[in-house]
Amino acid sequence: MRANAKPIGGRLLTPSYKVILLIAAIGVATIIWRFAAGLGATTALSDGYPWGLWIAFDVVVGTALACGGYAIAILLYVFNRGQYHPLIRPAILTSALGYSLAGLAVAIDVGRPWLLWKVPVMIWRWNVNSVLLEVAVCIMAYVVVLWIELTPALLDRWSQSGQEQLRRRAERIRPSLDRALIWITALGILLPTMHQSSLGTLMLLSGPKLNAIWNTPFLPMLFLITSVCMGYAAVVFETTFSSLAFGLPKDLRILGSIQRVAAIGAAVVVGFRFVDLGLRGVMGQVFQLDLPAILFWIENVLFVLPVLMVAQKRVVSLGSLFRSAVLLALGGTLYRFDTFLVGFNPGRGWHYFPSVPEILVSVGLVAVELAAYIAIVKTFPILSGVRETSPTAVD
Amino acid sequence: MSASRIPPETIAERLERSGVDRRHFLTFCGKLMVIAPMGLAITSKLSPEAVAATVGAARRPSVIWLHMQDCTGCTETLLRTSQPDLASLILDVISLDYHETVMAASGKDAEAALRDAMDANDGKFVCVVEGSIPTGNDGKYLYLAGKPGLQVLQEVTSRAAAVISMGSCASWGGVPSSGPNPTGATGVDQLVKNKPVVNIPGCPPNPYILLATVLEYATTGKVPALDDQHRPKFAYDRHIHDQCPRRAHFDGGRFAKQFGDEGHRQGWCLYRLGCKGPVTHASCSTRQFNEVVDAWPIGIGHPCVGCTEQHVGFTIPIYDTVEIEHPTPPETYAAVSPEHKGISPMATGVAGVIGGALVGAAFIGSRKLDDNGDSSQNDGKE
Repeated sequence: MRANAKPIGGRLLTPSYKVILLIAAIGVATIIWRFAAGLGATTALSDGYPWGLWIAFDVVVGTALACGGYAIAILLYVFNRGQYHPLIRPAILTSALGYSLAGLAVAIDVGRPWLLWKVPVMIWRWNVNSVLLEVAVCIMAYVVVLWIELTPALLDRWSQSGQEQLRRRAERIRPSLDRALIWITALGILLPTMHQSSLGTLMLLSGPKLNAIWNTPFLPMLFLITSVCMGYAAVVFETTFSSLAFGLPKDLRILGSIQRVAAIGAAVVVGFRFVDLGLRGVMGQVFQLDLPAILFWIENVLFVLPVLMVAQKRVVSLGSLFRSAVLLALGGTLYRFDTFLVGFNPGRGWHYFPSVPEILVSVGLVAVELAAYIAIVKTFPILSGVRETSPTAVD
Repeated sequence: MSASRIPPETIAERLERSGVDRRHFLTFCGKLMVIAPMGLAITSKLSPEAVAATVGAARRPSVIWLHMQDCTGCTETLLRTSQPDLASLILDVISLDYHETVMAASGKDAEAALRDAMDANDGKFVCVVEGSIPTGNDGKYLYLAGKPGLQVLQEVTSRAAAVISMGSCASWGGVPSSGPNPTGATGVDQLVKNKPVVNIPGCPPNPYILLATVLEYATTGKVPALDDQHRPKFAYDRHIHDQCPRRAHFDGGRFAKQFGDEGHRQGWCLYRLGCKGPVTHASCSTRQFNEVVDAWPIGIGHPCVGCTEQHVGFTIPIYDTVEIEHPTPPETYAAVSPEHKGISPMATGVAGVIGGALVGAAFIGSRKLDDNGDSSQNDGKE
């Protein structure tokens, strides 16, 4: 499997890549401004809404969409489905980039970022009952795990490169890395299970400030399941998109079966949420004509549509795969936004809508991720099955 | 001072004999309760009447007061009560048998008075020392009746029951010791090791702390509980900052930044002007001087200089700020229902443009995939 992956190659600085770099540069400049001027000057955050777009989108949605590596690893290593192997490396790359940028977003968002280094270092100061600590340590550890999981790609490039010295170094490292990888892979499945559910626990702690529609004791479980669904959707999205962008051959059967697994997860979530609403006696709230109820229904429609598409066997083309994956990812995204921002009401008088700098940073970080992804897949053996006569990338 | 050598009368008897009316004595006892609300046997009572009963039954303690390298400020603070009656009452409550400033005698008579006072209450009197003791150059910087001050101190304290260092100078050397200290000014507790020594630092200290300590000793025979610097805990266990009347301004972030500025005139916190309150253990913020409300440095608009702390007072420059020793979270929190900036139309616009662009891109992308995918499917079929 490893041998199949090849660098895409080709020119890096295409016109569309330059546009991506420009958006990324604007984001980075805004980040510098945020550190110079402070959170109060650049964000719409307040004492009522201390978590805004950067936490809700960059961290909570960002890591869920970056769960592709986790989701594929479950299929591959827990259920031992070897046919998904070509998907693991790009998925791990997306995860590594997504989680790294989520960590960066936290550093931008916290009030005193210069103290962040203490979190992994000052173990004796840990409050082991803190959910936030669990999330922070877990995500920090998972970023490291992901980049280690990605090192075979680097070694492959060294081996394939003409330089004798690099090739020998790769050969020397590979045996010990291969021995360690099983444990690293195990950690790579354990850690997301822990922190993706804890992200739900975070909002559970806000108690009555969280709207009853989302405030269920099963919030951690729902966050975990939706994160896996979003991970699969992200893999499908990414694979179809890169097949469009880089003209790679694609296996519709593999992608279709992944989308089927994701749809099953989405169906479980929708069904469970209605049962849960009924059992908690708050079903009435979703039939009121207010913003939370409307958003609740939009979430469910976004979850149900892909399920229907899969159930009616309409997911037969790349386009339909892409559409169902996007709908599912949007549903999970909206679910997270609603839990962290819309459903959260700290009291009368507080409002939150992200400020322009917040939006620019979030968009900029996505652009950074995209730019890094494109640069890496063009340089390192990540994507599989390049045709001999590779058509140029669609820009 | 040449009173009969028969056992000293009780405080109540003495007050009655000198015609001090009971109201003044009860006022005095009430002030004692304020200065030492806890930690002292004599004041842990429910009412000034109960305190008066305990204190009144005690024998008047004999006090011998030595002046060393001092400015007499501590004596002044004892005598300068705002009501003249209280000053005389204080002198009725304790038996001040030897005190160079207030006694009439001089020369040989004064020497004889000291000798007589020590003989009369040998081993039972309380020795109060005011001022630092010069130890440099064999103690030659201070002579009392032809003897070095150091020698006088040792002679008197060796026959005392307890020693009280009145003021910062006697406690650790005070102003004279704060560098370059040519006289080798030293505190009493560095020189007297075989007697209980109570330090009452301050420049000057509140006289009620001295009275409470002396009366506690006269009543129970024990000195009050002391901290690690021999200061009575009842008066020195808290920071000025903890009980400061301007504390709310500190917590609210309202600071005077210059003398006479808006904040200074409004009575805001003096921390930025160099107030040492956060590191100074003293009770000035609850018990003020001369029976006058706000008669203490911060009360009249000057930062605390930390005169009761050895390494703060006369050492750290008056207008330098200090580190907060025990930072506490602010006591004010954001309003429950704030007036808050609303949603920026610019931001909603930007969000709309980006959202629209993404939806458009996804739509076009999926159409492209349809074309592409169909063609590749066809490829597959062929």
